[in-house]
Amino acid sequence: MRYLPKSDSDRREMLDAIGADSLEALFAHLPASVRLNRPLDLPSGISEYEIVRYFRERAAQNADDYSCFLGAGVYRHFRPVLVDTVVSRGEFLTSYTPYQAEISQGTLTTIFEFQTMICQLTGMEVANASMYDGSTAMAEAAMMAVRITRKNRVLVARSVHPEYREVLRTYAKNQEMPVEEFGYAAEMGTLDLAELERQLSGPPTAAVIVQSPNFFGIVEPVQQAAELAHRAGALLVAVFTEAVSLGILHPPEDVDIVAGELQSFALTPSYGGPYAGIIATKERFVRQMPGRLVGETIDADGNRAFCLTLATREQHIRREKATSNICTNQALLALMASVFMAVYGKQGLRELALQNLAKAHYLAGRLQPRFCGKFFNEFTVRMEGKSPDAVNRALLRQRIIGGLPLGRFYPELADSLLLCATEMSRREEMDQLAEAIQ
Amino acid sequence: MTSRVRPHLSYNEPLLFERSSPGKVAYQLPELDVPPVDPKEALGPSNVREAIDDFPEVSEVEVIRHYTRLSAWNYAIDFGMYPLGSCTMKYNPRVNELVARLEGLAWAHPYQPESLAQGAMEVMARLEAALAEITGMDAVTLQPAAGAQGELTALLMMRALLERRGNPRKKILIPDSAHGTNPASAATAGYAVENIKSNEAGMLDVAALEQHVNEDVAALMLTNPNTLGIFEEQIERVAEILHAKGALLYMDGANMNALMGIARPGDFGVDALHLNLHKTFSTPHGGGGPGAGPVAVKRELEPFLPVPRLKRTGKKWAYDYRRKDSIGRVRAFYGNFGVLVRALAYILAHGGPGLRNVTLDAVLNANYIRRKLEPHFDLPYPSPAMHEVVFSDARQAVHDVHTGEIAKRLIDYGFHPYTVSFPLIVRGAMMIEPTETETKHELDRFIQAMIDIAGEAEQDSEIVRNAPHATRTSRVDEVAAARKPVLRWKPA
Amino acid sequence: MYPENLRYSKEHEWVRLEDDTATIGITDHAQEELGDIVYVDLPKAGTTVEQGKALGTVESVKAVSEIFSPVTGEVLEINPALADAPEKLNEDPHGEAWLLKVRLKGAPPLDQLMTAAEYESFIGEEKK
Repeated sequence: MRYLPKSDSDRREMLDAIGADSLEALFAHLPASVRLNRPLDLPSGISEYEIVRYFRERAAQNADDYSCFLGAGVYRHFRPVLVDTVVSRGEFLTSYTPYQAEISQGTLTTIFEFQTMICQLTGMEVANASMYDGSTAMAEAAMMAVRITRKNRVLVARSVHPEYREVLRTYAKNQEMPVEEFGYAAEMGTLDLAELERQLSGPPTAAVIVQSPNFFGIVEPVQQAAELAHRAGALLVAVFTEAVSLGILHPPEDVDIVAGELQSFALTPSYGGPYAGIIATKERFVRQMPGRLVGETIDADGNRAFCLTLATREQHIRREKATSNICTNQALLALMASVFMAVYGKQGLRELALQNLAKAHYLAGRLQPRFCGKFFNEFTVRMEGKSPDAVNRALLRQRIIGGLPLGRFYPELADSLLLCATEMSRREEMDQLAEAIQ
Repeated sequence: MTSRVRPHLSYNEPLLFERSSPGKVAYQLPELDVPPVDPKEALGPSNVREAIDDFPEVSEVEVIRHYTRLSAWNYAIDFGMYPLGSCTMKYNPRVNELVARLEGLAWAHPYQPESLAQGAMEVMARLEAALAEITGMDAVTLQPAAGAQGELTALLMMRALLERRGNPRKKILIPDSAHGTNPASAATAGYAVENIKSNEAGMLDVAALEQHVNEDVAALMLTNPNTLGIFEEQIERVAEILHAKGALLYMDGANMNALMGIARPGDFGVDALHLNLHKTFSTPHGGGGPGAGPVAVKRELEPFLPVPRLKRTGKKWAYDYRRKDSIGRVRAFYGNFGVLVRALAYILAHGGPGLRNVTLDAVLNANYIRRKLEPHFDLPYPSPAMHEVVFSDARQAVHDVHTGEIAKRLIDYGFHPYTVSFPLIVRGAMMIEPTETETKHELDRFIQAMIDIAGEAEQDSEIVRNAPHATRTSRVDEVAAARKPVLRWKPA
Repeated sequence: MYPENLRYSKEHEWVRLEDDTATIGITDHAQEELGDIVYVDLPKAGTTVEQGKALGTVESVKAVSEIFSPVTGEVLEINPALADAPEKLNEDPHGEAWLLKVRLKGAPPLDQLMTAAEYESFIGEEKK
């Protein structure tokens, strides 16, 4: 087999050295009753050519060459070629977690740069080396707020990504961490500040969680939510799913923890993962932050060097008292996001954000957005007299994947589609979509 | 003597921010084909940011040079062996990278209609079935993002099952040799943790277990083979003791590389386990992730699996969201699909008989190293080794040379260090896992390097104590980093 | 090595008693075992500490150790110097690097604390 680099004579020599008759003999100590006495019921191994063919066939069963207007937490942005060039280097792709700093300065330096760029983008003071994804980053941020405030109730806006809220509930369930939701204003599509204020007057609250742009693509009044939260002694956790929006949107200043998803920064949609989440916060909360952190230091010769640091927060040292059970980060994906940020840079990220804004507003101009709040590159449209599913089915015949029908997550919006346009949406496609919907 | 490594070009490379200068760009966007929009009008003036201070401004060629130069500061499996115990650092086949990037898979949106996602769903269904067969379990969820999340997922399911039976119970038992994620996951699932000692053979002390198991115990979390690389020979008895008291057996599947085609957790009493696809199934570590941590369970835990579940309706795959007993989601969407593609490619390449050969060679390599190094290093547990072997630095410690220093000295010989100081029950542990993808030649080089270092520890201990010597970065001051954390770059 | 005017606990803390105030620190043996100390986490002034219960933690790069309170009482003051200079705990654990001062509640548990000589023989035993 091509991945097993030994000849039979190698094996024979090694067995002789060990003093075993056969490979089988190495398992003689296993109780007979636990042994599997038949071959695994899986087909025999196949060649590289057959593997490629098998997956090409699977890929062909999926949508191919469709226009697509789906967003809802996963966005189609162009990936600069350099991203794959860099992450395909074996030195990055096949290296281990950089615990051995002397032979991991490459990865450590890229993570330090990553942490810096996330701080610059979010306006926060510290950022970690990445989390699994945005949804788990949000759940971890809520648990972090509970540790900081020593309160346990969490209020989350219904305009936060519905799947993120589901994950939060799964994590919260056994930690005596009640999760309650507050609604959104029916016309604006922004979170309902009055309802938030009412709920904050209830039991002590650890965190208020809002997402901006929210699930409907609308910019939330994060600053006002933060003021209300702080008045009640709670922290404000700000979530983002569309990182490109940070190229133009002002990061809210009074936020305590930012939890976000970097999929937009050169991570392919990849049918839902792997992505990279982040948590960023103020310096004073760093010891309650989950996840790996890289810090600057010097080596024995006095040269600048980097290493993993503040590891005593983590599970491999603090075990059941750790800030989180998380072990891995998403280093390779954080590296993709870093290369993306380096390629676009200061000017490019802004221009990219402006293109997204222009495209979405062009499309929205041809349709009628349901909410009147300010939006970035996504918006909601009500289908007049037709079901969103029927509209989508009709679009598929024109090789267009339409928007996300919202009824699955918001029964009151069962007549609506969530549509997204990015820099990759061409004007003709958008015109075609608009005509088909009307 | 084995030959040590020699230096090669190593550039001094500044940080991206230090390379930046105003006006440099590495991108070009297409001409906008729609009218531009005034951001202040569209978003509200107070919502629009100015330029991001100090964000990089570099050219395309500088981006390539920057990351290529940094990459040269890394060690990687493509250079040589990673004898990292418990981490299963094996060769990462490149065809897996190619197929994961096929447009129809890489650009599939998680919300695209099921009718246009059949290929992706088929990949997941096939992987679920293969993992169920390899582990001898009844059902698999691919949703958990990594091993630790798999642990949490399984514990939440066990809790749900116990609740259904009337009492979620209070405690999780964990052997003192376990990975740190085990107790941390138990705490996240709302359980208290009780440690159980290992016996002289390096196995779980079954008598101690019997005393610990009562109506308060929800489950035992056991790694098998354990972190000493020893198969828990009493595993069936362990399962019996737990089940008799209504408790469950969880297996940390980190060491599944020792068992494929040889023995199946489902056949020896395990109720749930997680797998690390980035270990056993060769998906690349990428400097610390992404991984994937599927969970396999017995039938009675199946109703509690995270939503959605794949189901077959006629000739099509569909998602089932309506499962009233499900613990809910543990992450958005369906899992780390790109990692799942790579793992399935690996399983297809080996096939059933091939996976068994993987295990045979992995165990052969570990036993070969053990036999060759036994004369030179202390072996605290003489029980038979599976896929890894744990020595201690006892014989070198008398010369004041310790495991961490021997590990660093390995770097000068061109190897990544083994796992240092773990498991916690061995003082000065040196945990070595070669995996199956090392040649005999590379193993012999490693063995000779270890023997040479043992000699140096006796005769020239300074050279070991101050290692590494061949790296561009000498010993890094981790104490200074922790005392005064500098976690981001700031302009001077 | 171990000052006569201090009392020592089995968990390697020392106490200096003056009227109803107890000054608490960790012993030289404790700092030696921990290695380079990088961080100390202590309770706020005004909170209550209880004899035998953890009052905070000291951290090295790769370990966290709990500090068990040798007395019961109310925290009066924590050593402000340690936040920026935890290395002082390695340099002068019995002096400059005291951890906190506590106003005693009730009599100090002298029967459970050791003299310098007793402590030295205690750690001698532990080493074996």
